[in-house]
Amino acid sequence: MKIHEYQAKEILRKYQVPVPDGQVAFSTEEALQVYRQLGEGVCAVKSQIHAGGRGKGSLFDPDNPTRLIQQGGVKIAKSEQEVRVFADNILGNLLVTHQTGPAGRRVGRILIEKGSKIAKEFYAGIVLDRAQAMDCFMVSTEGGVEIEKVAAQTPEKIVKAYIVPGLGLRSFQANRLAFALGLTGQQQKQAAKFFLALYRAYQETDASLAEINPLVLTEDEQVLALDAKMNFDDNALFRHPDIVEYRDLEEEDPAEIEASKFGLNYIKLDGNVGCMVNGAGLAMATMDMVKLAGGEPANFLDVGGGASAETVESGFRIILQDPNVRAILINIFGGIVRCDRVANGVIEAVRTLGGVNIPVIIRLAGTNAEEAAQILETSSLKFQVARDFQDAARKVTEAVLN
Amino acid sequence: MSILVDKSSRVIVQGFTGGEGTFHAQQMIEYGTKVVGGVTPGKGGQKHLDLPVFNTVADAVSGAGANVSVIFVPAGFAADAIMEAADAGIGLVVCITEGIPTRDMLTVYQYLKSTNTRLIGPNCPGVISPGRCKVGIMPGFIHKEGSVGVISRSGTLTYEAVGQLTALGLGQSTCIGIGGDPVIGSTFTDLLKLFRDDPGTEAVVVIGEIGGTAEETAAAYVKEHFNKPVVAFIAGQTAPPGRRMGHAGAIISGGKGTAAEKMAALQAAGITVCKSPAEIGATIKKVMA
Repeated sequence: MKIHEYQAKEILRKYQVPVPDGQVAFSTEEALQVYRQLGEGVCAVKSQIHAGGRGKGSLFDPDNPTRLIQQGGVKIAKSEQEVRVFADNILGNLLVTHQTGPAGRRVGRILIEKGSKIAKEFYAGIVLDRAQAMDCFMVSTEGGVEIEKVAAQTPEKIVKAYIVPGLGLRSFQANRLAFALGLTGQQQKQAAKFFLALYRAYQETDASLAEINPLVLTEDEQVLALDAKMNFDDNALFRHPDIVEYRDLEEEDPAEIEASKFGLNYIKLDGNVGCMVNGAGLAMATMDMVKLAGGEPANFLDVGGGASAETVESGFRIILQDPNVRAILINIFGGIVRCDRVANGVIEAVRTLGGVNIPVIIRLAGTNAEEAAQILETSSLKFQVARDFQDAARKVTEAVLN
Repeated sequence: MSILVDKSSRVIVQGFTGGEGTFHAQQMIEYGTKVVGGVTPGKGGQKHLDLPVFNTVADAVSGAGANVSVIFVPAGFAADAIMEAADAGIGLVVCITEGIPTRDMLTVYQYLKSTNTRLIGPNCPGVISPGRCKVGIMPGFIHKEGSVGVISRSGTLTYEAVGQLTALGLGQSTCIGIGGDPVIGSTFTDLLKLFRDDPGTEAVVVIGEIGGTAEETAAAYVKEHFNKPVVAFIAGQTAPPGRRMGHAGAIISGGKGTAAEKMAALQAAGITVCKSPAEIGATIKKVMA
């Protein structure tokens, strides 16, 4: 699960990780209030969306997406008047960054934050290293740039510490990381303390990523998280109701939200062939096959192991909401679940929906696949039954080309 | 021949009396697996499916001679169940449970280093040595005894591949679903090492997917140390970056873990890579001919 920068900073504050003073605003009026509370002066006005590259992004008019409103989703304001202008330019408009795609994201919230006089910029991040099965704490003197670029071009500039599960980040490790940034004296001590607190925040919230980029040393010698990004392990959300509260539905695709209500795993894509499959691996493989057959998958959809009439019906509803879909491929491997039951479920689902107006290609394999094919072929509904994976691909291609 | 499980496996079910545990214990018994009992804390001394129920795994080891455990307990308790099995000296633990928090699995992984226990999974269909022993939730009847080893991060996609093999008359020595999570007990490489030393395995199918670098590590191992033919398929060639494709571990992050990278690494190691999932069976037939 992803959260906004201001929410990540709220969490960090709780764990005594130093962050600049600031607060979220949902309207220009609120933004001005926060600005006054912060004692005016220099402030940052930061768009809050779940995507990177906000500073270099551009804001467009949602009613006329070619009309540029403002360059830059993060602005420095020096007066109340400037806060007003930037807040007006950002709120309600579309922010397009290299991570959002050309459609951009509507900005509904801005973070108003006290300006910091930056002496140096660094990077600090914690991620899971899957191969080592340990968390990895990384720091770099190359702050404020994309860490992937640093890793690719100058990997020696990233210093790492691996964290033994159960032991946590040790003081000697935090010290070593702080020294690696070239810090000395009080600055080094502050940075080490910062790292220990950051790891605690990461660990205790079941985060899957914590990234501070840039981590800054201010002119008055403070170590601060100028930006903050945190992601969380979905499997652990059951023990963090406070983090679940941070979910922002505006950031999610409405069809994906609806699918999650039915316990379906749906991800919308840009293609024309709707896919309904049981199991995540088979769902990915089915998408790959659609592409090889000359189509483009319109979605990833895992209906789960059972593939009951109810899940198939909600699967159809969600896929059919996408106007680009020109054919639907159902690929179910019946293991424990019997294919004849799945076939009857599909028929029931289509009847409940009052029919489906585009070609539906069904491939059922495994237990009672023969009986299932017969049920589908003799039903009054027009299904195209595929005998195997290859045959399904061929039928999908025909359906899309016609 | 086979790896991990065979006729000598004495299996207990952790989460025995629950719905999933009961159903799949029955299916395993029907397949011919020697299920010797189960564990449900607080129900020790009772009988379930005509088999003894124990309070602890240690009791099941001393009371029923268990050496393999299969876990169906809910995600919040599964990590503890794995450690309990390892602590009791169970040699092979197969964890079916989906949705275990990553942090819990890191602790488990660290704990297992101090034991001799091998973990398969979590979030996996389990292990089967066709005709001998099934420890998991896969449909037994699609399998056939033979000499192809199968290792996969997926469930139903593994069934698909096995179905293709069986349809072509190619039986399997052992099929293992290693699980779709970011932190798992046994990797492709761990199991390739076992298949290398198994005289009953003549070729291996590796089914990977996007996310992580386990396939690349396996490719490097095959290049240096593995002398049997390997066929691979990587799911997720059309998956968008930054999105979790169902499995917790199936995500392309920071531009890393793409299908293209993995396919290139496997190919460079001399492994035959199928572009289409429909060709897995036919390809293994070709390389074994």
